[in-house]
Amino acid sequence: MLKRIDQIDESCASVRIADASFPAPFRSGLEYSAPARGTWNIVHTGMLLPEAHEIFVCAAGCLRGVVLTAAEQGTSDRFSTIAIRENNLLDGDMEQLIIDGVGDILSKLPKRPPAVLLYTSCIHHFTGCDLKLAYRRLREKYPDVDFTDCYMNPIMRKSGLTPDQLMRRQLYSLLKKQPLDEKSVNIIGNDFATLPTSELVTTIREGGYTLREIQDCHTYQEYQQMATASLNIVYNPAAKASAAALERRLGQKYLYLPLSYDYDEIVSGLNTLCDTLHLPHRDYSDRIAACEAALEKAHEVIGDTPIAIDYTLTYRPLSLARLLLRKGFNVKRVYLDGIGEEKADFEALQKEAPDLMLYATVEVKMRFLHGAEVGGHGKHFLALGQKAAYFTGSDNFVNIVECGGLYGFDGIIRMAGEMEDAYLHKKDARRLIQIKGFGGGCCL
Amino acid sequence: MKQTASFISTYSADAFGVASALYELGGMTIMHDASGCNSTYNTHDEPRWYDIDSMVYISGLSEMEAVMGDDGKLIDDIVQAAGELSPKFIALAGTPIPMMIGTDYKAVAAVIEKKTGIPSFGFATNGMQDYLSGISMAFEAFAERMTQPMDVIPHSVNVLGVTPLDFAVCGYDRELVSRLQSDEWEVLATWSMGCSLEDIRRSAAAEVNLVVSWSGLAAAKKLQALYGTPYVIGAPVGEKFTAEVLDALHQSAKDKTCRDLCGASSSNGKIVLIGESVTSLSLAAALRKEGAGDIRVICPVCCEEHPGMIRALDEDELIRAMNGAEMVVADPLYQPICKDKQFVRLPHEAFSGRLFRREDVNLLTGFEQLKNKILG
Repeated sequence: MLKRIDQIDESCASVRIADASFPAPFRSGLEYSAPARGTWNIVHTGMLLPEAHEIFVCAAGCLRGVVLTAAEQGTSDRFSTIAIRENNLLDGDMEQLIIDGVGDILSKLPKRPPAVLLYTSCIHHFTGCDLKLAYRRLREKYPDVDFTDCYMNPIMRKSGLTPDQLMRRQLYSLLKKQPLDEKSVNIIGNDFATLPTSELVTTIREGGYTLREIQDCHTYQEYQQMATASLNIVYNPAAKASAAALERRLGQKYLYLPLSYDYDEIVSGLNTLCDTLHLPHRDYSDRIAACEAALEKAHEVIGDTPIAIDYTLTYRPLSLARLLLRKGFNVKRVYLDGIGEEKADFEALQKEAPDLMLYATVEVKMRFLHGAEVGGHGKHFLALGQKAAYFTGSDNFVNIVECGGLYGFDGIIRMAGEMEDAYLHKKDARRLIQIKGFGGGCCL
Repeated sequence: MKQTASFISTYSADAFGVASALYELGGMTIMHDASGCNSTYNTHDEPRWYDIDSMVYISGLSEMEAVMGDDGKLIDDIVQAAGELSPKFIALAGTPIPMMIGTDYKAVAAVIEKKTGIPSFGFATNGMQDYLSGISMAFEAFAERMTQPMDVIPHSVNVLGVTPLDFAVCGYDRELVSRLQSDEWEVLATWSMGCSLEDIRRSAAAEVNLVVSWSGLAAAKKLQALYGTPYVIGAPVGEKFTAEVLDALHQSAKDKTCRDLCGASSSNGKIVLIGESVTSLSLAAALRKEGAGDIRVICPVCCEEHPGMIRALDEDELIRAMNGAEMVVADPLYQPICKDKQFVRLPHEAFSGRLFRREDVNLLTGFEQLKNKILG
């Protein structure tokens, strides 16, 4: 039986932010996968399309993870597979396998789905499979079904759009062009609906606009109503390509209002929204005061407890770290593997908090750098995010993934409340963080 | 064959089998994959992931490395990690794209071994075969490479083919060892749960090998070829069949003859068992000893052909193979295609992963309860 390595040199797995390079603070090499599973994958995201059926065409090894994602989510009745075998590579019959396989599945389903998300894989890319032909044939054969091309091709993650970005783009690709309604707005690209108390939502609704998010659509018909919006708002960086595609295809304008924990940036984003919607600017001083009060209250409770943040909590972990540090919180670590849009926050933190430690999550040594003693250096951390909880071995953690619908000043106030609650009340980290696609349904 | 699964799951794949087989032995296993294999494996197929820090990684293959056939980065990354983490061995397992570009795993392993001095293995898995082939490959290679001639220890036995994928983590492995010890056997190695690389190295000293799943058979044959160790095929299930297995072990130790206790199943049996061949046939044998009539065994994974056993490799074949059956005993994820039949749930980690772990059945201690559900 193996034993835990107690003493391990952390070099290459952690670095002072002052010494870190942008955008890749850590070396590239073999990759570890921590058992924190709350982030959504392409199965979960695809299931947001109401009434749609997902069909994956891959090798068994690749199917394994997605089949069981659906099973654990309780959505197996909306999920089917076509297995690629060695003979398909040799026979060159990949297109026919797709066409026949999809037909076979559709013939067996108790009810014809209005839409099929058809996921092809790395193999199709490398064999030069004529996917256009396959889709054309399917559309001819099943005119009552809308097919869209989805991808599980992680080998392309460094070549153009990542599978996650593609998924968020394709999720809206079945929207059919309709006359645009000037008083209708969508928020797109998130796994969680934006909380109704967020200034983003209240500004739109109180301004007399209809707001839609895919999470609110319960039928395929309701989903199609999203095509009537004249404006799409996106704050998930992985969904920018989706918004751009919709603008090209449906003529829907879009605004990228990045999630932020900086008051000025939040105000700027909300003002841009008001300008676009022809609404007067609002005074957010009371909201800022509420943020200050919430953070101060949380700080009184949490005190000097070391804090670790990870990138699965929010799209902008460095922005959050910066806010908390400014408000006196003892932020010691940020777990991330790369720095995307946060160059400004990264550079600011290099000056403002040079000793802030960045930790990798996939670096090989991280296999051993977890648990309170080794990963947390014997200190009791308040963890913001599942991976931070795992690596620091803390049961006091904020269990939110991918922002959880928190946005703007309201998001900051709620985050402060979550931190306070997490500090005061332990959670069963081991059980909770292993749930796949947290918040998306779970049969475990 | 449409190769579709409209309603049911997929078995764990060969690369995961390699990782599972070698998990507790102190080595480093690398799945040569872009992304996804490691999280799939450790989420669904590896119940030990949270508690035992085994070094299982992916290579993070990119499109450009694949197009350029760049094995250099893979080798450098493994050599670097091995230098820092000092594994006892290195195992490289393949996935679809490396297979398509013709990756020579044995050559890559040889280069790594030369650079690190650490025994290294290359397994030509491709993500298209099931877990049993991966486990089998790994165990066979270890039988060949990691064992050495030793004096035979009287009344000693190895158990071959024990992984959580077939036996879960419900204590079957420990109970089996306990039963063997009660029968005065010294258990040298249980390939490979609760077992170290040092235990594996002692395997040639066994008087006989017990093969409890198909994944252990290739290693058993290799150990027989290398050291003349006879083997018995059969997973101890229930009291009566277990007694037969123990008896067969004594006989084989004495007459050096191999025995297969997986008797013929009936292709027309009203009771259907779906699963890995050795455990399913053993369960069928155990049930017959308790008065069950004809039992049909359907095997959807790679295995030896046994008389009467039905191979069914996709959903359509499975449905046809179950024609006329009244009861199905199988993993709960088979239930959607068994709606017109009585269904007895028998979770199989290799099929449903962690989903029904709370219902796992220890085929030794839980047999009576299972038998009652099946036979009433």
